[in-house]
Amino acid sequence: MPQTVFAPWDDPKETPLIRFEGVTKRFGDFTAIDNVSVDIFAREFFALLGPSGCGKTTLMRMLGGFETPTEGKIWLGGQDIGRTPPNKRPVNMMFQSYALFPHLSVWENIAFGLRRERLDKDKIAARVEEMLRLTRLQRFAKRKPHQISGGQRQRVALARSLAKAPKLLLLDEPLGALDAKLRQDTQFELVDIQEKTGTTFVIVTHDQEEAMTVATRVAVMDEGRIVQISTPDKIYEEPQSVYVADFIGDVNIIEGTASATGPETYAITWGEGRPPLIAQSQRSFSEGQACSLAIRPEKVAIHAQEPEALNRVRGKILDIAYLGNLSTYHVELAGGQIVKAQEANTRRIARRSFTWEDEVWLSWSDTAGVLLAE
Amino acid sequence: MRRIFVIAVPYLWLLALFLVPFLIVLKIALSDMALAIPPYAPTLDFQAGWAGIKAFVSELDFENFTFLASDDLYWKAYLSSLRIALVSTFLTLLIGYPMAYAMARSPEAWRPTLLMLVILPFWTSFLIRVYSWMGILSSEGYLNQFLLWIGLIDTPLAIINTNLAVYIGVVYTYLPFMILPVYATLEKLDGQLLEAAEDLGCSRLSAFWLVTFPLSRSGIIAGCFLVFIPTIGEFVIPSLLGGSDTLMIGKVLWEEFFSNRDWPVASAVAVILLLILIIPIVLFQRNEQKQRESEG
Repeated sequence: MPQTVFAPWDDPKETPLIRFEGVTKRFGDFTAIDNVSVDIFAREFFALLGPSGCGKTTLMRMLGGFETPTEGKIWLGGQDIGRTPPNKRPVNMMFQSYALFPHLSVWENIAFGLRRERLDKDKIAARVEEMLRLTRLQRFAKRKPHQISGGQRQRVALARSLAKAPKLLLLDEPLGALDAKLRQDTQFELVDIQEKTGTTFVIVTHDQEEAMTVATRVAVMDEGRIVQISTPDKIYEEPQSVYVADFIGDVNIIEGTASATGPETYAITWGEGRPPLIAQSQRSFSEGQACSLAIRPEKVAIHAQEPEALNRVRGKILDIAYLGNLSTYHVELAGGQIVKAQEANTRRIARRSFTWEDEVWLSWSDTAGVLLAE
Repeated sequence: MRRIFVIAVPYLWLLALFLVPFLIVLKIALSDMALAIPPYAPTLDFQAGWAGIKAFVSELDFENFTFLASDDLYWKAYLSSLRIALVSTFLTLLIGYPMAYAMARSPEAWRPTLLMLVILPFWTSFLIRVYSWMGILSSEGYLNQFLLWIGLIDTPLAIINTNLAVYIGVVYTYLPFMILPVYATLEKLDGQLLEAAEDLGCSRLSAFWLVTFPLSRSGIIAGCFLVFIPTIGEFVIPSLLGGSDTLMIGKVLWEEFFSNRDWPVASAVAVILLLILIIPIVLFQRNEQKQRESEG
């Protein structure tokens, strides 16, 4: 049975759950959010990704009701919620510091929101039990937040924010305080819980790996603007700007000027006396237009002898970053430019073919890179 | 060896500065009044040796304590002190909490200045400040003159020499002791907790009662004890601002010592006062310890 791909953003008939319409937020002279418009669909796991100070947290706080937009409208399920206070909107937030109430037990923390709705006791107890089961916290129900570990606290925060069954759950750097190993496990757990509950999640993170792992779509932000919204694979493979290419993962940027050599094929002149690089691009460039060729290190091959390849350059190994499973070779070209090439360490390190100061050849195909105008 | 020394220092301190003076006072409380210097008998005569000590011990009795129980002045004074201390502690909390809250909520740059203003009165002698309240509250004082001038009253209000003046004096004097511990707990409060409470459906007011208030409880308890304990034995404020019908045990104690020169009875009053105070002091220590545990 063919599985239908979850892609409501490609379906023009879908109405979004959340719609930002020309939203601007200013703090005094400082523009934190600059005319942002974005649609987020029900059941999405939407990631806001960017360096600190890019406005991603402000955008999320506006969804939570902790900030009001200076201009523009925020729609949630067809309702303008721009000025609705946080306690009056069907949105819950999981705070970065978790913000667990230290004077209440795990059970009482999870029940806090339900009690405010004045539900009867049995219903609250049943719902809290359900949340404890979902987050595997049954054994810790009676403990106080300072008596449990960081990972458990993170799960309490998640359970508490999910207890009221919000239409939308906001997660502010939810895994930031966990160590690397626990973070990886928790990422999959988050996705699992999101699928089980069918809640729409919006996550704020500065960790691109985290965003790529959990999200259905990623919005990359810079200086209060969204620079690209795509699925994780497209963000990585088809960045629309040097900024995005550079922010997501490792990349080599080679600057030059483009000239067309065939349909969707360009030759990039990037230095006196060097053969031009050949790259395919669906984006069209005029003759002599300045451009940047972005190539991921893992798409650059490294050779001892001159290879038969469309694009090849010669250089000297300056540095080797050994990551265990991978090695990244920093190769200095004749002009002083450094190109990184990544190889999987399929052999033991003692039998590695290259070492420092080796003269090597680098090569890549014409489809390996992305040609960018800015 | 070093450990014993480290532990011994605070105990020696306690012994020299609390236990020994207390035992001396207790000894005087068990003695009888005498027209002599010192004004009580018996006095301990070590030169007479073992027999002297025996004779001394045989003359001690609980007569003064039975006297305290028989004369209703004393237990009325104790009760009245407790009542005045309770009421003024409550009033101090009522005034101090909002002040501490406002300080903790003020912009960070202002806080050191505000804190400084709270401590500032300590730079002037306590006695002078109480005297100046006499100048404010007396029938020709600034308050009455002002109220007469704006026409709110026709005849001066009799505030001085009443319990009301004592309350004003106590609340004024001990307000910083309430503000500082409450401020310390409120300032530590994570603002995200309040956002989380609102996010989960609380109004601003219910977020205060469900989060801010319970989390500042240890500061409130500490502040209440810091006001309550010294107020019970307060002597200066009731004798300067209070009237003849203001009954406080500190005043009684002073009169027994200096007007009656009845040291044994005065000492008995002091011993009972101390026993009464031990209860809140122990509770206060418990609160402090519990808070340290929850933080650690």
